[in-house]
Amino acid sequence: MDVLILQLFNGISVSSILLLIALGLAITFGLMKVINMAHGELIMIGAYAAYMMQNLFQSYMPESAFNWYFVVAIPFSFAIAFVIGLLLETVLIRFLYGRPLDSLLATWGVGLMLQQLARTIFGAPNVGVTSPTWLDGGMTILGDVVLPYKRLFIIALVAVVLAAMYLYINRSHAGRRMRAVMQNREMAACLGISTRRVDAVTFAIGSGIAGIAGCALTLIGPIGPSLGTYYIVDAFMVVVLGGVGKLVGTVFGALGIGLSNTLFEYWTTASLGKVLVFLCIVAFLQWKPSGLIAMRTRSLD
Amino acid sequence: MLAVQQLEAGYGESVILRNVTLAVKPGQVVCLMGRNGVGKTTLMKSIMGVLKARRGSVSYKGTDLTRRAPGERAKRGIGYVPQGREIFPQLTVFENVLLGLESGRGQKKRVIPESAIAKFPVLPTMYHRRGGDLSGGQQQQLAFARALASMPDMLLLDEPCEGIQPSIVEDIRDVIRSIKADGQTAILLAEQSLEFVKSVGDYFYILDKGQIAWEGGLEALDDDVIRQYLTV
Repeated sequence: MDVLILQLFNGISVSSILLLIALGLAITFGLMKVINMAHGELIMIGAYAAYMMQNLFQSYMPESAFNWYFVVAIPFSFAIAFVIGLLLETVLIRFLYGRPLDSLLATWGVGLMLQQLARTIFGAPNVGVTSPTWLDGGMTILGDVVLPYKRLFIIALVAVVLAAMYLYINRSHAGRRMRAVMQNREMAACLGISTRRVDAVTFAIGSGIAGIAGCALTLIGPIGPSLGTYYIVDAFMVVVLGGVGKLVGTVFGALGIGLSNTLFEYWTTASLGKVLVFLCIVAFLQWKPSGLIAMRTRSLD
Repeated sequence: MLAVQQLEAGYGESVILRNVTLAVKPGQVVCLMGRNGVGKTTLMKSIMGVLKARRGSVSYKGTDLTRRAPGERAKRGIGYVPQGREIFPQLTVFENVLLGLESGRGQKKRVIPESAIAKFPVLPTMYHRRGGDLSGGQQQQLAFARALASMPDMLLLDEPCEGIQPSIVEDIRDVIRSIKADGQTAILLAEQSLEFVKSVGDYFYILDKGQIAWEGGLEALDDDVIRQYLTV
């Protein structure tokens, strides 16, 4: 029983991390169809933003306030990644809409540049970010099962980000404009919507969410310039498995990969488990190429 | 009100429209006719700005709009009901109508004007359905309501009766007549059905091979003209 609950919790925890790194990509790749290989580097930027915020608090704030740096770091990471995403969209991405292969190459190049930039500014070795003390330890249930607070915090953070994204996309005026532009750009323009601004803001929001993911990753381990490269494949896998263009698909994609990964790793070994997960995904996409949640309506075309 | 001067437009290498000159006065219903493939939709798109003009000019209320983006034209009061309706399929009917307010011309922002929706009593009953799930006729009514929500002074209607059941065609005829009776909105109507345009139009242009081949009022539109330019 204990083992089952612990494995289930681990699975959900892995899923939540996968979901967090994939949510931003669900916007830039899922909605905007930009194959954004620099997504991992935007995560890395978010992580370094958290690192910077930690250092700022260490240098300029009283020691008693240090624990709160992380609360400030989350919006700060979002803001930094948002601004860099906006810049990236304005100078590069907007020339590459509808050209997936070009955007793949160009964003990959941008990713390499950003990695080098991080190496120049922060140095090549990994840096550690000290987690706030209120996230140390864990919650004990059923006598001896410990659920670490950090993992619980990440799950809660994902839930909040997901809810905010849902509200923004489906309930706000800006979200309505965004969906209109993604569904029929020409007609949206004819109604007076500024498609340029919608594109830029949408890409920036996707980037900002990648920043939040990076901030959360500082809780799990040390961060380095090549942090993003570890996560970019997983992020694409989640979005593609879930079904491109659907937020709920991304959620199920992350849950599917996270849970099966934990399960297979428990049954076999870490590396064999990963192989089995990949095999399952390949087999599934052969069966359903459009992913878990496919868009269906009679007049999509 | 709307003045198109010596317009030339086309796609890629091919030129579709040559030297098209056309005018619409306030409150007037002007009909654009012609066989398939003579350039009616191309002209509509050029007026809306979806297609860039190669030569010539499009001006509206005395302002030259030739180089302006479609959104700018919408903000100045041109409403567009495109061929194929172009409803946003994944958005609800209500959201589709709300997007008509994006041009920011309604008196009250964020509120759909009563006049836009009153002509289509069936729409509010399906506000929560997705636009893509509606039938062709319902989508056409939705496209009208969306265009009217921006309180336009001028409507571009591109084949609004294409592929639509007769009873809805009658509804659309009534809507066009009531817009005409209000006198607030001019209409440029591209349409194939001679019977339909004769029942609503004030002035007529016939396109042939990308040029204006004939123009005149209702009384001048006789059988000779029809035989020469419109019968297949």
